[in-house]
Order: sequence, then structure tokens, then C-alpha cells
Amino acid sequence: MLRPVAITGVGIASSHGEGRAVHAGLLGGSAPILEEARFAPYPVHPLAPLPFDSAIPRREMRQMETWQRLGVYAAGLAIDDAGLRERVAEMDLVVAAGGGERDWQLDEQILAASPGEVQRHRMLMDGLRPTLFLAQLSNLLAGSISIVHNVAGSSRTLLGEEIAGAEAARIAAARIATGTSELGLVGGAFVAERPELLLLYAMGGVLHRGPWVPLPERQGIVFGSAAAFLTLEAAEAARRPLAILRHIATDQGKPEARPARLAALLAGLPPRDADCLVISTATAAAAATHDELAALGALPVLFAADLVGHSVEAAFPVGLALGTLAITEGRARQVLVTGTGQWRGEAVALLEAAA
Amino acid sequence: MNPRIAVTGIGMVTSLGFGAEANWAGLTAGRSGIRRITRFDVTGMRATMAGCVDLPGDAPGVPLSVSARAERLGEAAIAEALAQAGHAAPFDGPLCIGMPPVEIEWPLRARFGVRNYPELIQATLGDTALYEEYLFGGAATHLAERFGTKGVPQTVTTACASGASAIQLALEAIRRGETKMAIAAGSEASLQPETLIRFGLLQALSTRNDNPEAASRPFSLTRDGFVMADGAGALILEDEAHARARGATILGYVLGAGEAADTFHRTRSAPDGSAIVLCMQRAIEDAGLSPADIGYVNAHGTSTPENDKMEAMATRALFGDTPPPVSSTKSMIGHTLSAAGAIEAAICLLALRHQMLPPTINQEDVDTALGLDTIPVARPHSFRAALSNSFGFGGQNVSVVLGAA
Repeated sequence: MLRPVAITGVGIASSHGEGRAVHAGLLGGSAPILEEARFAPYPVHPLAPLPFDSAIPRREMRQMETWQRLGVYAAGLAIDDAGLRERVAEMDLVVAAGGGERDWQLDEQILAASPGEVQRHRMLMDGLRPTLFLAQLSNLLAGSISIVHNVAGSSRTLLGEEIAGAEAARIAAARIATGTSELGLVGGAFVAERPELLLLYAMGGVLHRGPWVPLPERQGIVFGSAAAFLTLEAAEAARRPLAILRHIATDQGKPEARPARLAALLAGLPPRDADCLVISTATAAAAATHDELAALGALPVLFAADLVGHSVEAAFPVGLALGTLAITEGRARQVLVTGTGQWRGEAVALLEAAA
Repeated sequence: MNPRIAVTGIGMVTSLGFGAEANWAGLTAGRSGIRRITRFDVTGMRATMAGCVDLPGDAPGVPLSVSARAERLGEAAIAEALAQAGHAAPFDGPLCIGMPPVEIEWPLRARFGVRNYPELIQATLGDTALYEEYLFGGAATHLAERFGTKGVPQTVTTACASGASAIQLALEAIRRGETKMAIAAGSEASLQPETLIRFGLLQALSTRNDNPEAASRPFSLTRDGFVMADGAGALILEDEAHARARGATILGYVLGAGEAADTFHRTRSAPDGSAIVLCMQRAIEDAGLSPADIGYVNAHGTSTPENDKMEAMATRALFGDTPPPVSSTKSMIGHTLSAAGAIEAAICLLALRHQMLPPTINQEDVDTALGLDTIPVARPHSFRAALSNSFGFGGQNVSVVLGAA
């Protein structure tokens, strides 16, 4: 017997700032906040200044770079939003992660010096800060959340770009639905303002170049710094359900069968109301986004990427967070969140107003 | 009532060789796979040895990337396990796999003769083969597509517990009824210059470079750090009824798994060992057993002063004054990080099948204060259940209980 799963807390931060009110205000449409010069020709939605030091002790801050700080901060917002500080010891954590920041200035020093192998190793040994490794390890976002917020249930970190964010939410929800977890914390963080990430994704030819235009008018990703964490509880036990996560499903396979997988995921949804709000976490990468929009038929009402930029591992959690806000703000009784990874993976989720 | 989870295939690659049986022979003979690194120049490095699995693709000065090596090692281990289980691609279940984080590496970054990131971005623009190689989900996706697994590959990283987390994810998927079977694996190839340097800067590595085979010496008085290693392990997990219905040979069972996040510190356990005690306790409870039922513990046993002390203390706290025999097979194959949980679960299953305990080698100066029987030489042993521990940086602790067929 599956238990209905409720979203009971939302922690979200982006180029617009932090919190439910700021992001609920974007749902009617909002001009993007952009940094178009620093990484030209690649525009990014830069992270808003956030008071990390108000939530993270100084000695912990020193062990992290912005990616972990952002994720830890957003996780804390979700815990506080749900009023679950007292229950962190039993909270099961699933994080979708990439990696932490490289010391790109050291990288550029080494590139400029063009040393031989041994000298390159010497420059790394002399130049790398020992604690930077811990800031880079993918699972240390989850580790830092445990240390800063005392989250002490299970801890898993999934890799795999966009689909990792959806799969993390699916696993956390499935554990609650089947009664093997009572309290979940799930989400991810992404920092767009990183040359080493632009390097990777530019290799894939998936980035938009030139001035920003809305997602339907372009064929490439514009990244945005963002994080979203959600607390999940069994609806029957939730003190304050914000929305019911009625359904979440994911799939992955070779790109040629992506249209069929997307069609099957949409066909597997519970019945939808005529006025169900559709929020897409499409990346804008050409082929994947084309398939997602074709499967949906009608253009989604909102693209998360047009509000806060595309946030890779955090993108699907951001979509779930925005969908939850649409319900709490009374904009919709039912929200479909969709996502198609820039390279692989497809996901759908259906949110409904709590009874 | 949870279905019992049978293991119908086992695959393994370590510095001791390819294949589960080759590894078992090496492990019970007490051989070390640790040697001086030759795939890149180690001049001036703090640690110069590792459990290397070099491959035909390693060209002089241009070794395979972490991602490419992890993919190939994972492919070998999974193919072996699938063949033993009698499964062929497409596989009717998910791939759950512990993998290392990857990033663009130095030999590549330096190849283009550029001075900064904008130039490097320009030089590599649209190189989609590199993009697929360095995506975090790239290697696991290639493996999923090679073996035709179902759904999203659950590519998990919990540092040194990743392989055990993969087993746990697979176990849970079968128990939830999402699938009748799953591949649970771990693959590791982080041994590249920058990672070796970073672990060295954390002072986590053994520097006993003059005698590589003696460097990984868990539970000894002179243990001074872990030894990095390549490797992969894979298990085919199946709902027991499903395995029996198709007439598969059951090699053993994954009886349970448990985890407990440690909120104390990024690289150290809570001083009272509470999280790792809880982790072992939860795994044993999940298996429906009591500590007295555990006949062997395959320790995390990294050979760092801190881990081995804490693990021994926690083991005695849980099992009392006469804990079961404990060995660290990392003494022979080094620390395979993301793969360790999968490899060591496989070793426990082989030990249960052979009713033989693999040793901890390099025990000339065993730390008797730890109060453990560390199995200095392989020996026959009658037992029905084993516990495999994996404790990761970031306080991510996972234990798995394996049972005899």
C-alpha cells in the first residue's frame, strides 16, 4: 500500500535571491537577471548575494566553496520552511550533485607557464589548498549538509546531470511512499559562474552563445546559479503539506527512443485537469528540448530556465519547488513538471493541492 | 515481508587481476597488488605507489582518463557477473553503480597550448566525445547502454562507501517491487596525478614508498595511511523466487544494509564511534540477525591511524569482548574508494562460499591494543553471515550483511 507523499518545505535560491516569496513572485513571468560580459559569449544568471555566514559557521565556511555553501544554505531554508529542525536526526538525504569548484586561477597559472609533467605536478603540490579537495568532492555537499544542519539519517548523492536531480526526488519519494523513510530532504545546487563548467558543456556544443533570448527562441543552454531543496513527508503525518507529490517517474535510454519514452512517461500520469499548469525544466539543448516540447504538444506556461537559468542537477528540484509555490500561491490546483536532460534522461512529476 | 535477495553473479577486477576466482586465489595466498606507479611521472610526489590496473589503452605519457578507465573496469566486472548469472544484454533491471566524480584532467587541459580558460573553451568547442567522457553521468550511461539496463542508471557517490550504497540502492529497488533484479556495482579509477596529489595534501596516504607491498598495513602499529587503487566489483542481485524460478545458481545473499551519516567532521568519525556502531547495527537489524550471527567482518580497514582505531573500537562496542574475526583486504588490493563496497561485498560472498577467511597481510606489528583477531593468514572458518563495512569522507557510512547460499 503506497502512502501519498507531501512536499512540506521549500528552500530555493537563485539570481533573484532566496526564499518562497521571492520565487513565487516570478511565476507570473519576470525579466531575467543576467551577467552577459564576464563569460562572453556565454550569458549566465549570476547568483544573488546571499548571507551564507548567517547560516553556516565560519570554520565550516572555510571548508567549502560557493557550490557547497549554496546547497547547504538552500537545504537549511527547506528545513526551516518545514519547521523540521527538531527532526533532522531522522532525516534521509538525497542530493543530486556535480562537483565543486576548481581553483581556476591556479589552472590558468599552470596553463600560462606550460610546464613539463614533473613541474606541473610541482605547481599543483605547491598551489592546491588541501581543503579544496573536500570542497570539490561530489558527496561533500551532502556531507556538509549533515555537518552544518545535523541531518543524520541516510545520505546518498547521485551523479548524472539533470536526470540525477529527478531520480533523487523519485527515490526519496518512493522510500516515503513505501514506508522505508519517514522524512526526506532532496535537492541540488549549481553554480553557473565557473569557467571549468563552461568548458565541459561547450565541448558538448550545447551552450547558447550571444545575447540572451527566451528559451523557445534559442537552441542552447543559458546557465543559472540556483539551488532547491524540498522536504518530503508522508501526507498523513505532515503537519503542513504545501503540495502533494502525486506522481514522479523517470526514464533513460538512447536518444533515438526519447520521443517514445517521453510519450510513455506522459501517458503514465494520473488524470490531469484541463487547467493543469505545466512547468518545464527543459535545458534548451536543441535535440532534447525539441523532443520534450513535441511530446508536450502545447508550449509549457513556464520554463524554469527562463526565470532562473538552467541549473543542471538542481533544475528538476527547482521545477518541483516552483510548482509547489504555484500551488501555495493559488495559481494552480495541479502542476505538471517535466524535464529532459541535455544528453540523457527524461522525467515527469505531478503536484496537486493538499486536500 | 521483504523478499530475500539472492546473488547470482559476481565479477571483480583489482590490481590482483581480472576475474573473481583469480582475485580469490591472490587474496587467500596473501599476495599484494600494490606497486610503484608507472603510468605517469611520480617524481616529487608524497606517495608513489598504488594498486594499479593498467590497460592496453594506456599510452606512455597519455594514460586513460579516470572516466574511461572506470568505464572499462566496470564493464569487465559487470560482464563477468552477468555471464555467471546467465544473463545477457538487454538486462531487465537497473544499473546501480558507485562511480568516482570525474573532471577534465591535466594531460588533456595542457594539450592545446593555450594560456587560459577562454582559449581552452575555444580550442575544445564541440568536441562531443570529450563531453560524453567527462559528464558525471557519462561512464555509467555508457555502461547502462552497453548492457541494456532499464531506466535511469543510479550513479551514486558516497566517497569510499559508494559501492556499498549501490548495493543498498539495488536492494531497496527490489524490495520496493520496482524490479526483480538489479546490477549492483562499483568502479574506481581516480588514480591520476592531481587526485594523488590532493589525497597526499590531506595527509591521508601511506608514504611507505620503498616497500609498496608492505605499505597497506591495516591494524598494524606502523600503519600510516591508505594506498589508492583501481578496481571494480559487480553483483547480480535477484529476488530469490525469481532466481529459483529460472533455475539460476544462488551464490549467496545480500541479507541487509544499513547506514548512518556522521555529522561530526568531514574526514573523521565522531570520537565515540556512535555513527559507525549505529551503521553496523542497522545493517544487522535489517538482515534480521543479531551481532552473534556475524561470523566475519570485512573491515573498512583503510590503514589510516584514525580509521582503524575507530573501527576497532566500534566493532568491540557492538560485538563485545569477543568480536568475530576481522580482516581488511585493502592490505592486498589497496583502497578502491568508489568500488570498495562492491569489491569487498563480493569478497565476503566468496569467503562464505569457500568457508575460508581472507587475511589482513602485513601484520608483523599488529596493534594489539585494538583487540581484534585480524586474520594474518587465510584460514578455514565455518560461518553463515558476514558484515562488510564502508565508511566515506563526508561521514557517509554504509554496512552490508552477506549470507551463505
